[in-house]
Amino acid sequence: MSSVQIRDVRKSFGNFEVLHGVTIPIEDGQFVVLVGPSGCGKSTLLRMLAGLENITSGTISIGDRVVNNVQPKERDIAMVFQNYALYPHMTVADNMGFSLKLRNAGSDEINKRVKRAAEILALSPLLDRYPRQLSGGQRQRVAMGRAIVRDPQVFLFDEPLSNLDAKLRVAMRTEIKELHQRLKTTTVYVTHDQIEAMTMADKIVVMHDGIVEQMGTPLELYDKPENQFVAGFIGSPAMNFLKGHVRVNGVATFEGPNGVKLPLKTAPAASDGRPAVYGVRPEHFTIADDGAEAEIIVVEPTGSETQVFAKLGGEQVVAVFRERHQFNPGDKVRLKPDPSLVHLFDDATGKRMNA
Amino acid sequence: MADVAIPRAKPQMSEASAWTQLKHNRNWLGFWFMVPAMAFLIFFLAYPLGLGIWLSFTDTRIGRVGHFVATENYEWLWDDSIFWLSVFNTLLYTFVASALKFAIGLYLALLLNENMPFKAMLRAMVLIPFIVPTVLSALAFWWIFDSQFSIISWSLKHLGLINQNINFLGDTTWARICVIFANIWRGVPFVAITLLAGLQTVSPSLYEAATLDGATRWQNFRYITYPLLTPIIAVVMTFSVLFTFTDFQLIWAMTRGGPVNATHLMATLSYQRAIIAGQLGEGAAISSAMIPFLLAAIMVSWFGLQRRKWQQGESND
Repeated sequence: MSSVQIRDVRKSFGNFEVLHGVTIPIEDGQFVVLVGPSGCGKSTLLRMLAGLENITSGTISIGDRVVNNVQPKERDIAMVFQNYALYPHMTVADNMGFSLKLRNAGSDEINKRVKRAAEILALSPLLDRYPRQLSGGQRQRVAMGRAIVRDPQVFLFDEPLSNLDAKLRVAMRTEIKELHQRLKTTTVYVTHDQIEAMTMADKIVVMHDGIVEQMGTPLELYDKPENQFVAGFIGSPAMNFLKGHVRVNGVATFEGPNGVKLPLKTAPAASDGRPAVYGVRPEHFTIADDGAEAEIIVVEPTGSETQVFAKLGGEQVVAVFRERHQFNPGDKVRLKPDPSLVHLFDDATGKRMNA
Repeated sequence: MADVAIPRAKPQMSEASAWTQLKHNRNWLGFWFMVPAMAFLIFFLAYPLGLGIWLSFTDTRIGRVGHFVATENYEWLWDDSIFWLSVFNTLLYTFVASALKFAIGLYLALLLNENMPFKAMLRAMVLIPFIVPTVLSALAFWWIFDSQFSIISWSLKHLGLINQNINFLGDTTWARICVIFANIWRGVPFVAITLLAGLQTVSPSLYEAATLDGATRWQNFRYITYPLLTPIIAVVMTFSVLFTFTDFQLIWAMTRGGPVNATHLMATLSYQRAIIAGQLGEGAAISSAMIPFLLAAIMVSWFGLQRRKWQQGESND
């Protein structure tokens, strides 16, 4: 186990810079999730950490050692690939023992370690099978088994669950998290799925267009997104954004589209009349007499909660209610955001304005 | 009227239904779809093959219908030292040329699979020997290996390494080396390009995984590339061996089997006996004698091609 330090790392392909100076400290034993939309550079960063891509500038250290010029096999890391990259001509046991075989470990040692890893991952009955004879979830576990037999300093996961069906993905998510709690190996996990990030991470790093937008614990990111990108990326259904202006006339309010009035707890200093974006999560709406009038368009009950799409000041917003209201399309309701939970972003820069 | 019409119509209907049944029978329809291909195969493959084998049991000459002589032609060949020399030549030619074609082809394929500048152009260039008509390249080699005007002899003389021209196609050993060299030159592109196609089906992430597992470049080849390539190697080498074993054009254009039959292959000897000398029966017997060798080569690849355990179905049991 080791800490990992990524300091001001840049990556260019030709003249095209894809990572613009990324700094991420990772503590020993931490489960860090790099999350962001396609093309944000998260996979490239992971491959640089693995040694599969060169580092254009900046440094990456594992433990106390700068690994910029260290061969992948000397870095003592193990990686789980999106397509699993299982060797098709080797049995499950050979796949898992391959790295030990290359290290000239004795066959007793290999057997012992493969057996232990297989027990951890419930793969023992499958050791003699070939990858083709396994289901998607089993292949995924073999790929993890291949990583854990080596007992590396750092585990790297490159979107390991995206080839699985929805149900299996949820199950494997829990399994990976449990595995981490058991082994306590430093883990860097790349995904584009914010739910995976939220549920698994000790620390989430939100990346976008080659920079780090924000890092922190899942709840920090959910409660206090530093900018509009993070606010929109984290949370499902996504946060509602309404453009308008801050008004301070004794009480702070937000004047939304078409003059709709929305509550603010406090206005940021010297913000009267400033153009801003009002952010409210779907789950932070309530029905109240002093709410803003909205017209219901679509109602989607999921059983545990109900998603309501409505027009508020001409803009479409989503609200989620755990209570069972009788809503019908075309109904008028009064939606009130919880003022202590709303987010205010600068219209020009997207930076968070309220505390 | 209706009473009369109904019993009449009945037998007609049942007759029609038999025909309709046949019309709608998928096997019957399938048979007719197969007829053109079957006819083609029978006229152009099965018939010549059968005729050739039949001729080998007759004493047919050009201009004279032969009689069945049972295995007399084969008995003759059994005692014919030139025939045995051609068998030896053919085996030598096939083994040496195929082995070298495989080695060079694999090396080229691995090289062309690397990232390098002008990759597409280099790949196209490798194919050139394959595109040139055999006779044309044979003529070129004939010139290159000419006893008087050979560019190799000329160069070596000017470098001061030799004093006399090398008699490439006049010396038995040199002649064998030269035809094998020419065959390799022609055959390498086929092997290289086919193996390259095979290499490109190997997912790059396997190499990445192996690299992270600690594999060196050699171990990458030994444990990943080679095992994954074996099915394609089996196919390409079968074809290579078959083509080389039955080679005719190159030899005929370069040496006509000479000097002193040192480069006579079974195919060229058969042609010489059957067409030039007119002994169709004997020539056919020499050709037919190639069949067991070719069958053996096919059997080897058949077992090589059998789907390996790791390629087998996806079932969970």
